[in-house]
Amino acid sequence: MKILVCISNVPDTTSKINFTGDSKSFDKNGVQFVINPWDEYALTRAIELKEAKGGTVTVLNVGEADAEPNIRKALAIGADDAIRVNAHPKDAFFVAQQIAAIAKEGGYDMILMGKESIDYNGSQVHGMVGELLGIPSIVPAFKLDMINDNTARLEREIEGGKEVVEVQLPFVASAQQPMSEPRIPNMRGIMTARTKPLKVVEPAGNEAKTEYVSYSKPEKKGGVRMIDAENAGELITLLRNEAKVL
Amino acid sequence: MSVLVLVEGLNGEIKKSSLEAASYGSQVAKELGTTATALAIGEVHEDALAKLGEQGISRVLYDNDPRLNNFVTEAYVKVIAKAAAQENSKVIIFSNTNIGAAVGSRLAVRLNGSLATNVTQLPKINGNSFTVTRGVFSGKAFADVELTSDVKIIAVKKNSIEITNQGGTATVEKFSADLTDADFAAAPKETVMQDTDGGVLLPEAEIVVSGGRGLKGPENWHLIEDLAKALGAATACSKPVADIGWRPHHEHVGQTGITVSPNLYIAVGISGAIQHLAGVNSSKVIVVINKDPEAPFFKAADYGIVGDALEVVPKLIEAAKALDK
Ligand SMILES: Cc1cc2nc3c(=O)[nH]c(=O)nc-3n(C[C@H](O)[C@H](O)[C@H](O)COP(=O)(O)OP(=O)(O)OC[C@H]3O[C@@H](n4cnc5c(N)ncnc54)[C@H](O)[C@@H]3O)c2cc1C
Ligand SMILES: Nc1ncnc2c1ncn2[C@@H]1O[C@H](COP(=O)(O)O)[C@@H](O)[C@H]1O
Repeated sequence: MKILVCISNVPDTTSKINFTGDSKSFDKNGVQFVINPWDEYALTRAIELKEAKGGTVTVLNVGEADAEPNIRKALAIGADDAIRVNAHPKDAFFVAQQIAAIAKEGGYDMILMGKESIDYNGSQVHGMVGELLGIPSIVPAFKLDMINDNTARLEREIEGGKEVVEVQLPFVASAQQPMSEPRIPNMRGIMTARTKPLKVVEPAGNEAKTEYVSYSKPEKKGGVRMIDAENAGELITLLRNEAKVL
Repeated sequence: MSVLVLVEGLNGEIKKSSLEAASYGSQVAKELGTTATALAIGEVHEDALAKLGEQGISRVLYDNDPRLNNFVTEAYVKVIAKAAAQENSKVIIFSNTNIGAAVGSRLAVRLNGSLATNVTQLPKINGNSFTVTRGVFSGKAFADVELTSDVKIIAVKKNSIEITNQGGTATVEKFSADLTDADFAAAPKETVMQDTDGGVLLPEAEIVVSGGRGLKGPENWHLIEDLAKALGAATACSKPVADIGWRPHHEHVGQTGITVSPNLYIAVGISGAIQHLAGVNSSKVIVVINKDPEAPFFKAADYGIVGDALEVVPKLIEAAKALDK
């Protein structure tokens, strides 16, 4: 089985978010980048399936060269090879277009992604790739198993419940916990990752459908009002009469 | 052309998030000098649909094909695309639910449209150009995004748009998209709804009571549940609490869990790690109860109590029960 795992390179969850002086772009200064945490669930599940059934796991990133340390990290965790589409990811459609082109060429059985990227929070790329390829997209999934060589069983979250879906390969799915337990690369993994193939390709198509104009930050809170624990009940009165939320 | 709004039902009623989407859609329609049509898929009470008039919807297209009672991505996309073609809709509005995200992205490609999810405000409309504000970086920032295609699809973030009530009734028309078996190839084998015990669904809740590791163990969770019940709230938890199995994963909020934006979020025994805050920081009012006065969560709070949850929460339950509803 050939699995393609799409990873995005995002600011570490503890990052302070700042923008350039003109508010037109994200300020990468001093920011540590990581594999999008949701994508790690997809990556680990792909590696687990490979370990159980054989096959290959290819990681794919649409991004600039500064994403390579995290692509190598994915190889160290256990992917076999990697592809980087050398382009600034302009928007979800732009990225989806690149992923679909690679997927078509590679003939993958399964394309796994994260539930959403924690920078742009779109939850868009997976559905777009599914539609571009004309295959099902099962999102967001929290369980994924093969029930035979060409059928998978997934559980996906819907508001207030879950759906169990059985689907023929190929398909797209996005991952969230508890699909797998993300792994930390070990020494051997890190060593072998250095020699695993990382192919850099140029983008196919240049179309985007949205344009990021500017950024802003939420207003600061007015400060906290403390209530004495002895009179905790007073909180309820304040929430009704002052905050007016009860 | 009319603005098309997807409304989702739950147990025959329309979800609150869909009433928000309807309010959003009809305000956009008004600004464009046109009307807003809603599309309801699967079983929803017809009188609930007619009441969408209160949110400014003039007509409702209703596809109650029983095969659509379960969510089926491909079939839903087809129904929406057909309705959009019939209504000549260039603007389509959803709520940013799991269903909305699943169908919105496919639809955007199919209709060659621009898609913005997680949108928090009405668009700025300038001729054929829409600029919307959407939440990015897990609630730490907003981005203004221009939708450059002719067709514009907007998924509205929950609890960010006021539900309007302008009176009026919508006419309800049956609608069918002539679906074939192929559209149901990836249909769910089984749909399991959570037993909310008569309580409130977390993603839809206006009030959320959430517990962290400070609660010490699942045996103390009755405190969270009783406070939630007294306030008509949903319950939630921090990630470690779900990881250790004190609570189910679908209750875990934060950067790698559910994002909630209720009117009131009460955090009990949660330290306020940045990844937790990312999932709750757009809540309108935040209350923090923690025995450590230095807990970082207090910096993000509107109201705070320093004290032992096991002593403080019973007092809150008592006071909440005494409130006249
Ligand atoms: C990539 C990544 C993603 C993550 N995603 C998430 C996420 O989505 N959601 C999430 O929640 N976390 C997430 N985390 C974990 C996060 O960093 C914190 O570890 C977690 O939120 C802490 O949970 P907690 O506050 O319940 O526990 P703790 O940090 O252990 O805090 C317990 C708090 O309870 C207080 N306390 C103890 N006893 C009492 C008492 N008797 N009464 C009152 N207060 C008491 C303590 O003072 C303390 O502040 C993520 C971490 C990483 C690295
Ligand atoms: N630049 C990218 N390169 C590769 N995969 C990506 C990229 N951006 C997003 N993805 C994948 O698409 C998923 C959803 O992203 P998004 O639609 O941005 O929320 C992510 O979890 C990744 O798996």
